[in-house]
Amino acid sequence: MSFILDKVSHRYSQGTAYEITALDNVNLKINDGEFIGIIGHTGSGKSTLVQHLNGLLKATEGAIYYNGQDIYDKDYDLRDLRTQVGMVFQYPEHQLFEETVFADVCFGPKNQGLPEKDCTLRAFEALRSVGLPEKYYYASPFELSGGQKRRAAIAGVLAMKPAVLILDEPTAGLDPKGRDEILDLIAETHAHYGNTVILVSHSMEDVAKYVDRIIVMNQGSVMLDGAPRDVFHHYKELEEIGLAAPQVTYLMHEMREAGMDVSTEPTTVDEAKDAILRMLGRK
Amino acid sequence: MLRDITLGQYYPADSVIHKLDPRTKLFGTLLFIISVFSFDGLLGFGVITLFMFGIIYLSKVPLSFMVRGLRAIVILLLIAGALNLFLTPGQPLITLWKIVITKEGVRNASLMTVRMIYLIMGTSVMTLTTTPNQLTDGLEKSLRPLSKIHVPVHEIAMMMSIALRFIPILIEETDKIMKAQMARGADFESGGLIKKAKNMVPLLVPLFVSAFRRANDLALAMEARCYVGGDGRTKMKPLVYEKRDVGAYAVVIVYFVIVVLVKSLL
Ligand SMILES: Nc1ncnc2c1ncn2[C@@H]1O[C@H](COP(=O)(O)OP(=O)(O)OP(=O)(O)O)[C@@H](O)[C@H]1O
Ligand SMILES: [Mg+2]
Repeated sequence: MSFILDKVSHRYSQGTAYEITALDNVNLKINDGEFIGIIGHTGSGKSTLVQHLNGLLKATEGAIYYNGQDIYDKDYDLRDLRTQVGMVFQYPEHQLFEETVFADVCFGPKNQGLPEKDCTLRAFEALRSVGLPEKYYYASPFELSGGQKRRAAIAGVLAMKPAVLILDEPTAGLDPKGRDEILDLIAETHAHYGNTVILVSHSMEDVAKYVDRIIVMNQGSVMLDGAPRDVFHHYKELEEIGLAAPQVTYLMHEMREAGMDVSTEPTTVDEAKDAILRMLGRK
Repeated sequence: MLRDITLGQYYPADSVIHKLDPRTKLFGTLLFIISVFSFDGLLGFGVITLFMFGIIYLSKVPLSFMVRGLRAIVILLLIAGALNLFLTPGQPLITLWKIVITKEGVRNASLMTVRMIYLIMGTSVMTLTTTPNQLTDGLEKSLRPLSKIHVPVHEIAMMMSIALRFIPILIEETDKIMKAQMARGADFESGGLIKKAKNMVPLLVPLFVSAFRRANDLALAMEARCYVGGDGRTKMKPLVYEKRDVGAYAVVIVYFVIVVLVKSLL
């Protein structure tokens, strides 16, 4: 049990003409070691929701518990929470500021109070794992390309080894190869350390491929919550709110309607391949 | 967080005041400010109070928004009021030990306070009912004659509207970067002055970088659209006076004459 959200609502600019209800009575339970995907239409409150989990935004109503402690308690140390709950923002490259990439990656671990030597080790490890070529380690972060900056920024959060890793659309604007590399890396660290990972994404394919549980947000509330195959089973409802199921789900449904005896459950290409081979009697 | 700051912000509503030409509102505000600084006596006070609250009522902006602007100057008001109250020489009214409050002091202090409050509220009516873009448009057109004597009116107006447009963007950006660094354990609150200043580096560097990037992008975008300055440039929404503007000018001028009459008659 890592997070419990109890009737959480959030209103921006409360008490002005521009008041917006971005979260409306959200109840959630997030367990240790889960790999969760959050999907939803633009403006459905995904970023707002995840920013509550490390106390960057305070709920206007409701309570949030992390490991059984109320994070809005007066004595609760929010900085400590933030060192345990790492967060990669949308366009994280905008947070780079140090003179060298390496120093920038060290910023997080240093704030955690780790000794110099550990910071260095962690920075190396994180930079190597995001696949940034070594020649850039001591370059200025502002000389890197967009994708390289993104990797450096993600390394800056990974170096903190957070128990809960939140990524808000980490792959927006990357090419397909870069996208797969980064998501594979996240899945690898999840498999290796068993940390909780929350991935906000617009891509149904990505979500279906990596996560064990999907939360669908719509207009500030949780609309669906479950395993990918269960959620994508409601593909008609998803379409109504401007989302879609992965392409293969449609393929499987159409094959089924055309009279072929296949399961409609697959959500990834590999699962679909297995299902079709099974139908053809080759497996 | 930072977004909650109101910087003379526009309050959208459907009212006569909102629809007035910005030039009318600029002129009205100017006359109102002059009247606020020239009235004295209770009758004059009554006239400007009636006028101001009438306009606020017409604007459909809740009174609480007008008052919000006053919060920033409460301290200033208190200090200026106290200085006027205790330090104006004249006929003693109350004497407490060494502190003397004079009749003139009470008068000056209340006059000063009322003037400051009305000044802020009067200008808030304008900024709350006019978008920054309309405002600069209005200024540009009102000051157009100055370009005859080589004042770069169009360029100044353009710079103003760009600056105004960038304020909310930079505030939003600051908010975002601050959050990103806080998520990496940065601390913007504790520590002494020097430590605090040092802690600002992770905020200021990305902020400057992004400000320059945006400025660069904007310059490029303007050049790509063949922007060459004010000459021969037309407006998408040219400012034209309508009937209600004529009425508004009349009302404002009548109001001003009344204030002047009240002052000179008493
Ligand atoms: N700082 C803010 N101030 C005011 N309103 C905001 C702010 N941030 C977001 N909102 C509003 O809150 C709502 C939810 O925004 P949020 O950023 O959580 O959406 P999202 O699901 O992350 O969208 P996207 O997929 O585009 O990133 C939107 O209507 C948005 O306009
Ligand atoms: Mg978002």
